[in-house]
Amino acid sequence: MKAGSMNKLTDLRRFINRDNNIVQLLIITAVIFLLMSALEPNKFLRYYNFESISFIFPELGIVAIAMMLAMLTGGIDLSVIGIANLAGILAGVFFTRLYPAAPEAGAAAELMRVAAGVVLALGVGLLAGTLNGLLIAKVRITPILATLGTGQIFTGLCMVLTGGPAIVGFPAWWGFIGNGKILGIAVPLVLFLVVVVAIAVMLTKTPFGLNLFLIGTNPRAAVFAGLRTERMVLYSYMLSGTLAALAGIVLSGRTNAAKSDYGTSYLLQAVLISVLGGTNPAGGKGTVLGVSIAVIALMLLASGFQMMRFSNHLIDFIWGGFLLLVMVINVLRNRGK
Amino acid sequence: MAEPLIELRAVTKRFPGMKALDGVDFQIFPAEIVCLAGENGSGKSTLIKIVSGVYDFDEGDLLIDGKPVADLGPRDAIAAGIQVIYQDFSLFPSLTVAENLALNRLLSEGKTFVDPKRRRQLGAEALARLDVAIDLDATVGTLSTADRQIVAIARALMSETRLLIMDEPTTALTGREVDRLFSIVREIQAKGIAVLFVSHKMREMLEISERITVFRNGRKVEEGPTGEFNEARITRAMTGHDIGHERHVWTGDDSEEPRLSVRGLSVGDTVRGVDLDLHRGEIVGLSGLLGSGRTELAMALFGMEPHSGDIRLDGTPLSLESVQDAVAAGIAYVPEDRLSEGLFMRQPIARNVIASAIGRATRGPFLDHERLNALAEQTVSDMRIATPDIEKHAGQLSGGNPQRVVIGRWLLTHPKVLILNGPTVGVDVGSKAEIHRRIRELAASTGLAVLMISDDVPELIQNCNRILLMHRGEIVDRLDTRSVEEDDIHGRLKGLR
Amino acid sequence: MTSVSKLLRRSETAVLAILIVVMIVIGVINPAFWQADNLFNLLRANVVIGIMALSVLTVMISGGIDVSFPAFAVAAMYLTVIAMNAMGYQGVVLPFIGATVIGLLCGLANAFFIHTFRMIPLIVTLGSASVVRGLLLGLVGTSIINIDRMPPSLIAFGSSTVEIGGSKLSLMIFIYLGIALLMWLFLTRTMAGRAIFAYGDDAESAKRVGFNTRRTVYLVYGLAGALAGFAGLLHASMIWLANPRDFVGYELDVIAAVVLGGASIFGGRGSVFGTILGVFMLTLIKNSLIIMRIDNTWQGVVVGCVIVIATALTAWRDRKALV
Repeated sequence: MKAGSMNKLTDLRRFINRDNNIVQLLIITAVIFLLMSALEPNKFLRYYNFESISFIFPELGIVAIAMMLAMLTGGIDLSVIGIANLAGILAGVFFTRLYPAAPEAGAAAELMRVAAGVVLALGVGLLAGTLNGLLIAKVRITPILATLGTGQIFTGLCMVLTGGPAIVGFPAWWGFIGNGKILGIAVPLVLFLVVVVAIAVMLTKTPFGLNLFLIGTNPRAAVFAGLRTERMVLYSYMLSGTLAALAGIVLSGRTNAAKSDYGTSYLLQAVLISVLGGTNPAGGKGTVLGVSIAVIALMLLASGFQMMRFSNHLIDFIWGGFLLLVMVINVLRNRGK
Repeated sequence: MAEPLIELRAVTKRFPGMKALDGVDFQIFPAEIVCLAGENGSGKSTLIKIVSGVYDFDEGDLLIDGKPVADLGPRDAIAAGIQVIYQDFSLFPSLTVAENLALNRLLSEGKTFVDPKRRRQLGAEALARLDVAIDLDATVGTLSTADRQIVAIARALMSETRLLIMDEPTTALTGREVDRLFSIVREIQAKGIAVLFVSHKMREMLEISERITVFRNGRKVEEGPTGEFNEARITRAMTGHDIGHERHVWTGDDSEEPRLSVRGLSVGDTVRGVDLDLHRGEIVGLSGLLGSGRTELAMALFGMEPHSGDIRLDGTPLSLESVQDAVAAGIAYVPEDRLSEGLFMRQPIARNVIASAIGRATRGPFLDHERLNALAEQTVSDMRIATPDIEKHAGQLSGGNPQRVVIGRWLLTHPKVLILNGPTVGVDVGSKAEIHRRIRELAASTGLAVLMISDDVPELIQNCNRILLMHRGEIVDRLDTRSVEEDDIHGRLKGLR
Repeated sequence: MTSVSKLLRRSETAVLAILIVVMIVIGVINPAFWQADNLFNLLRANVVIGIMALSVLTVMISGGIDVSFPAFAVAAMYLTVIAMNAMGYQGVVLPFIGATVIGLLCGLANAFFIHTFRMIPLIVTLGSASVVRGLLLGLVGTSIINIDRMPPSLIAFGSSTVEIGGSKLSLMIFIYLGIALLMWLFLTRTMAGRAIFAYGDDAESAKRVGFNTRRTVYLVYGLAGALAGFAGLLHASMIWLANPRDFVGYELDVIAAVVLGGASIFGGRGSVFGTILGVFMLTLIKNSLIIMRIDNTWQGVVVGCVIVIATALTAWRDRKALV
């Protein structure tokens, strides 16, 4: 018993030593929380505020995790928003044009219809991610350019499918994914937690995750060590595409609409959150925990400033400034070593 | 004696955790050829960088023409007539030969505008001075290594150069190209320019230099006219030891089926119809000039180069189309450049060690961290890797430890054939002997067949029972180490044209 | 190597050849393509994106990447127009100098972060873009300045044309070509320009040879910002309104055009002529869909495919080097 707790203690110390970044993030989050609570105690500390955050942040959080996966191998996925919108729009097309609700459909049939829509949307994400992965791993296009191009294609397809205006008329169960509650907890939050746990387990407890870290640290050495680098990079983009599609489902569920230019600001924010969360854009370093804390910190910051009647635009400014500030702190801290 | 061109007095340079130079006195006089000898990490490179103004130093004085200079920057060094040709030549691969040549002059003139005609003319003059013909409009990236080096030398000689520093200039050259380089160096000297030659090849030092200075662990340990040195003395000074004379004795039987049998292996134009047998427990050396095809041969055996020919392992034909094929068959390859091709610097040692045998540390679809750590710990102690903790990053390892990690990584895959490319380049002497002993033990005890690619002739003689010499894609000589001496191999290598 | 085969190996030659083929194909599908009005319109569409592409070209040659220029352009444009309205100033030269200086200052801020802290250009420019756009929209305003409130001097300047054979060609195209010529002279005929190539090719070697790399970084990003600022105001004067949310998504188009023009994202390679061709190719494709009787909604798909194919071809050409 005693040895066990000692072990836990050394584990914890090891963890803190290894990941100063997480500690730093936790401190930043706590400071933001306390600051906002002090400035706007009446509005910020209300249950309603946290509840509404729990509906809004998961889609961004999932996209940021997708971005982190691409960054782990030293890449980047600029097509995540295109994929998310394409998934939402294709589902919308499916629900409104291909398979509209039968007039007297029972609940079971409706549920089946939504399930089919989910599979379709996730499938599109998987396919889109596969295209990215093939272009990057096999054709060897630089990730930034490959996903720049495919992002244009995906967003372009959204335009072709919608002609511009938003697609509306999603089934009620679809809306549940974005607006519903399970046991009093927002469904998007539940989905986010599932993603967090699944990806965290994948990265830390499976050979695939270990492969990604090694490839991201030194792709040449990975080849010489006999790792299947091409395949692993392909898988990572497939996964990133699927997660992006999931974010698209949540987004279209929450807003009950899908449009080709939804969430465009999410792209920069996803990169920002991923980097703030301790992901090294050059590859080989990143944790789901870090990204999760970063997205929550930034959401608290944003909601606090909104309460102080700062416009959304100033929040963009604060996020950008925050990114530069944290990067500078990291650089200075590393120099100190 | 005349006044020294450059003089260092008690110069010390510190890096975090180490003294790269420790109270070094050093002088170069006009128009002399000095050789700087020492192993990697002995302080040679640091000294070059201080003299050329790239590094500041922490203590001591730097004098040029007898006058103390504070804060020497790269431009000041160039203005003082000091030019360095680094191992990578510091050329710009996307720019043309003419521009690469002219840049220095144009920069030192402080011009704002560039006149393409004058640029071309400057380039032409520079090449004419060395009496060589290279296309001025070719981009440097398309040139051969030897031509690139000539461009680098021509560039260095364009300004009023008084001291030319050459860092390991012969590494990538063939015998004839080395001769051409040396005649150019003597011409340079005849023009009154001093040359500082940095090398670890003893024969070349003895051939070209007038004075030799030996460094070890950041200190100057010996200095004197070249005539007073021979190879043994330089080695002793560089390493602090005499090289041992124990050799690998192979007790196997030629008539047994070979572990690895290669027939008619070809890789494009670089390897042409090579036949090769490795028996159990054998350590076979492979040497030859850079570009002889020896690395391509190894890469083909490791599944990284498309090839034709028949490869058998313990009698079973192999199709080696990918690294995974080779690993699955039991062929392991330790690359020459450990830092860029071997190690995952920013990852823990444990992950570095397990990289090629992740499958041994899984339970179901998941990693078994306990087993992973146990395998890593075991490898660390087997290979005697000096680290307090397997969670330390591999980038923090030094000396021969990175190499031990890479070799240890492969041992976890239970290889049958181990290919070592430059196994101890840049490894200090103590570590080197330890690594050699470990490899010999492995060969003797596990029946591992080792192919050791190296330029280091004493290393080959000491560890291999046979040595193969490769030239222009073919194996031109097969030597038994029981009946051959170092000089003989050097002679043969030099004879390759 | 003969000069002919050298010419054939240049990426500009390939882009030019493809461009000619594309133009012939479009012309066959719809001969109206060759009408002067259409061609002049096409040229006009090159101006703003072209100047921005020259700014990105400089950054890419230095081995960096810049996604902040649309934000800088919009800030320079909007602030200048607001200042003109506030002061009731009617002129052209001073406002353009003002916009250029605003862009320059923003660019120097990028350089500060990139050089001082050795931060990755992509991350720095993402951050600075967010900061600049956020400040502009949050503090300065979000309302579009329409034609009725745009300074007439700017509108007059932006709509100045020359008549050739009954069709009107925007004079702005000459400003673009003038800037391109200056950039070409700068990049190929000045030491500072060559320093950018050297720095992008091998920063360490550039330092060893004696280039002032700090000055180079500041020059690159300062120049990029200045060009973006200038292009921003030019854009407003050509479309007769100043929209503080303008240029969203331009970074993708412009980077695509520069890459199409043969510049390497790894630095050291790229030319003004190639970039002009790349920009022309991009605007040609974007603006000719209607003329080819393809629905305009396909624009994104077509542009995306062009980027993917062009980069795939480049990757295929350089595949040896990337093992």
